[in-house]
Amino acid sequence: MRIPILKLHNYLLISIQTEIDDNTAIQFQEDLLSKIHQSGSSGVVIDLTSVEIIDSFIAKVLGDVVTMSDLMGAKVVLTGIQPAVAMTLIDLGIHLQNVPTALNLEQGLSRLHQELGE
Amino acid sequence: MALQSCVNIKKEWDIVGARQMGRDIAREMGFGTVDQARIATAISELARNIYLYAGSGKVCFEKIDTIEKRGMCMIATDAGPGIVDIGQVMEDGFTTSSGLGAGLPGVRRLMDEFDIKSAKNVGTEIKAIKWLR
Ligand SMILES: Nc1ncnc2c1ncn2[C@@H]1O[C@H](COP(=O)(O)OP(=O)(O)OP(=O)(O)O)[C@@H](O)[C@H]1O
Ligand SMILES: [Mg+2]
Repeated sequence: MRIPILKLHNYLLISIQTEIDDNTAIQFQEDLLSKIHQSGSSGVVIDLTSVEIIDSFIAKVLGDVVTMSDLMGAKVVLTGIQPAVAMTLIDLGIHLQNVPTALNLEQGLSRLHQELGE
Repeated sequence: MALQSCVNIKKEWDIVGARQMGRDIAREMGFGTVDQARIATAISELARNIYLYAGSGKVCFEKIDTIEKRGMCMIATDAGPGIVDIGQVMEDGFTTSSGLGAGLPGVRRLMDEFDIKSAKNVGTEIKAIKWLR
């Protein structure tokens, strides 16, 4: 199973729609980094509106993907984290403090515009 | 539902199978969406630990239905290497696998009751309960 990555102008858009297992998460990390490299995109929005659970493993992969993309020169914004998911993340002790977030895809895109000064 | 339902954990995808079954039971019992997410997340942590550290094992679910209290119990058992220092693995950030070390302390906070029994080279049994309010 692979998570589709769409290109829109200078950005990459990902909407995670399926239940993610560990392999899918790792595959996604690799796919996204090589897509950033190929396309030279400066910004990425990962929309999590349909994601019902984020456990410690998926949280680690998401946090890593933000850091790795940042190293490559692309800004990642996570959007649409459900209330229940936000609460379980806090119970897990995961604060994703250095990870930019926004309420929804639209606000995620404007956040990228601002941060990248485009 | 039967008294107890179990999911065998042998391959990575079983982690997903276990949390889906647990969430379905939680929903059916009347847990709200936040508690359903807490239960599913806790199952995911315990099932992954079995897969990673013991290789195989099982996660079982039981409905608790008494006059005073209703709730859902999960029991994760394996015959893996066991945990020698339980105090240490319950600390936030302790990991032997470059994980976040968030799993076990997280499960304790996600659930209402938490109990761990383990013996070196015998295996581990972790029991956790969420009460229905
Ligand atoms: N079933 C088990 N059998 C043997 N050792 C275990 C078992 N479960 C956990 N452990 C040990 O306890 C440590 C802490 O587990 P915990 O789930 O809290 O963190 P983690 O699995 O290392 O990382 P994370 O869960 O955040 O991805 C593990 O690194 C492992 O050494
Ligand atoms: Mg773990």
